[in-house]
Amino acid sequence: MIRDYLSLALNSIRSRRLRSWLTMIGIFIGVASVVALISLGQGLQEAINSEFASFGIDKVIIQGKSAGFGAPGTFSAGKVTEDDLKLIKKVSGVENAAGRIIKTATIEFGNEQQARAVSSLPNDNREASLIIDANNFKLKDGRMLKSSDRNKVVLGYDYAYGKLFSKKVYVGNRILINGKQFEVVGILERLGDPFRDKAVLMNQDALQDLYGSSREFNALVAQAKKGEDINKVAEDIAKAMRKDRSQKEGREDFEIQTPQQFLNSFNVIFGIVQAVVIGIAGISILVGSIGIMNTMYTAVIERTREIGIMKATGARNEHILSLFLAESGMLGMAGGAIGVALGMGIGKLVEFSAQKALGSSLLQAYFPWYLIAGSLLFSFIIGAVSGVLPAMQASRLKPADALRYE
Amino acid sequence: MDAFSRSFILGLGLSSEVMKELVIRLNNVWRLSLEIMKGEFVAVQGPSGSGKSTAMNLIGCLDYPTQGSVYLEHHDISRLSESELAQVRGKKIGFVFQQFNLISSLTALENVALPMIFQGVPAGKRIKRARELLEMVNLGNRISHKPKELSGGQQQRVSIARALANNPEVILADEPTGNLDSANGKNVMEILRNLHEADKKTIILVTHDENLARMADRVEYIMDGRNKRDTK
Repeated sequence: MIRDYLSLALNSIRSRRLRSWLTMIGIFIGVASVVALISLGQGLQEAINSEFASFGIDKVIIQGKSAGFGAPGTFSAGKVTEDDLKLIKKVSGVENAAGRIIKTATIEFGNEQQARAVSSLPNDNREASLIIDANNFKLKDGRMLKSSDRNKVVLGYDYAYGKLFSKKVYVGNRILINGKQFEVVGILERLGDPFRDKAVLMNQDALQDLYGSSREFNALVAQAKKGEDINKVAEDIAKAMRKDRSQKEGREDFEIQTPQQFLNSFNVIFGIVQAVVIGIAGISILVGSIGIMNTMYTAVIERTREIGIMKATGARNEHILSLFLAESGMLGMAGGAIGVALGMGIGKLVEFSAQKALGSSLLQAYFPWYLIAGSLLFSFIIGAVSGVLPAMQASRLKPADALRYE
Repeated sequence: MDAFSRSFILGLGLSSEVMKELVIRLNNVWRLSLEIMKGEFVAVQGPSGSGKSTAMNLIGCLDYPTQGSVYLEHHDISRLSESELAQVRGKKIGFVFQQFNLISSLTALENVALPMIFQGVPAGKRIKRARELLEMVNLGNRISHKPKELSGGQQQRVSIARALANNPEVILADEPTGNLDSANGKNVMEILRNLHEADKKTIILVTHDENLARMADRVEYIMDGRNKRDTK
C-alpha cells in the first residue's frame, strides 16, 4: 500500500520535473550547508579533541608572556628558565616537568639549504619521554634519540616523505645543521601538523653545543600526578612562580595554559559559530519548506480533477491525504539526499583546499552516520509537515465538486 | 423486484449551493424519484439544466442528498460516512465520464489498476486484471500509452476498463459518447450493451440524446427536476 502511494507520488513528481527541482533547491541548499558545516565542525572538534587527548589532559604548558599590555616598558617579555623548571618540579602535585628549547637553524642536505626550527629533547630520559608523550611523537623509521647521542637527529615525517628537499632524507643520511654534521637516526610518523611534521629533534646538550649554553627555555611542560586536579596544580605552579618572582596576581610575566582552558575557549567560539551557521541554514530550510508547501498547494489546485477521479473510483480521504503527504515527503527527502551529497562534497572540498593551502590535515570533514541519517529523516519530516495543510485540503474535497473542476 | 433496488427522492433541498441554484431556477419545485432494478439498462434522459447532473452525482454516491434519500441495496447512503461512501463507490459503481477523466501522468494500465489500489488489491493481481480488461476492450497493445497518446475512442475504452476494475454491480455512464465521433460512440455503446447482456451488469446511462437513450431497456425522463416515466 505504502509502496503504491510512493510510486504514485513519484510519478507526480516526475511529471512536473522543473517545478520539483526548483522546490527541492530550497531544501537542499539548507541541508547541504548544515551537512558541510557540521561535518567540518565535527572533524575540527574531533581533531582538536584527539590532539588534546594525545597531549594529555594531565599536562600544562608554562611559557613567558609574549607581549605586555599597558605603557611600553611596563612589561618585558617573560622568560622561563632552568630555575623555574626546578621550582615547578618541587610543587606538590607535579609528577614531572621538562623544558624545551626551539631555535631556527640552517639545514643543509644535498647542496640545498633551508631555515627550519630545531627543537630539543631533554637529556633526562623521563623528561624526554614527557616531551615525546606531550607531542605525540611516534617513530615511523629508525629509532628515537638516546641520552648519549650527540651528533644524531630525529626528523619529522615531511623530510622523508614530503617535498622539503629535492632528495628525500632517510635514516642513515647525514645532514648539516648550522654547518655541523648530524646523522639521521629516526623519522617520525605523520601527525598532520605542519610544524611537528617538519620537526628536527636533537638532544638538549647537542642544541646547546650549537647555540651556546643558556638557562632559558621556550616552554616548560609539567605533568600532574595521577588523581590530581589539573587546574589546582596549575594554580599551585602559578603561586610558586609568582612568589619566586615577587609578582602580583594578574601582573605575571608568564602564563600557564591548561588544556581545559584552551578547549573551553575553543568550544565557546566554536559553539557560537555553529549556532549562527545552523541558524542561517535553518532559515533556508524554513524557506525551503514554505516552497514545498507552495508547490503542494499548487498541486492540489492543479489536480483537483484528478482528486475527484480518484475519489470517484473509491479513494477515501485518508488515501488522498497519504498520497499528498508521500509526495511532499519525497520532495523533502530527495532535496535532503541531494543536500547531503552536496554537503559532503563541499566538506571534502574544504578539507582538500585546507590541506593544499595550509599543508595541515587538521581540518578533516567527518561524516558520522547519524548526521546523514538524521538529515534525510529531517528533510522527509520537513517535507511531510509542509505538505500536511495542502494534503488535508486535497483530502477534504467533495468528489462531485472536484470532478466538475475545470 | 428484489435484491438490488435504488430509489432516491429529491425534495426541496436548500442547503447545498447547487441545490439552491436549482431550486431558485426551478421555482422551488424539484422532485424526482427513481427506482432501478438489478441488471437493468436504464437511460436517464433530459435536456441540459434538467437536474441530470445532480441526479447522476446522487446515483453515483458522489454527493449526499440535501433532503430525501438514496438507497443502495436497501441501505440509505445518506447515513454513510464519507469514507464508507468512498468504499461503496469503489466496490459497487464504475464510472464512465464524458471527458474520459483519465489521469494524465499514468499509463493506460496504471489508470485501469488505480481503483484496485484503493481496495488494497496486491500489485501482481492488479496488473493481471488491468491487462485482461484492456484486452477485453481491444487495447491490449496500448497498455503503456499515456492518455494523450491515445485517441478519444481509445481513452473512453480505457475508462470503461477502469470502471470494471473492481467488478462493480453498476456502471454509471455520463454522456459516454459526448466527446466521440459516431463510429467510436457506437463502439462504446456496443461495449456497454454487451456488458449488460453478457455480464448482467446494471447500466445507468445519463444522456440528453434521445437516440442514445433509446438503446436502453427503459428511459427515465427528467424535466425541470421532475421525472416522467416511460417504459419501452
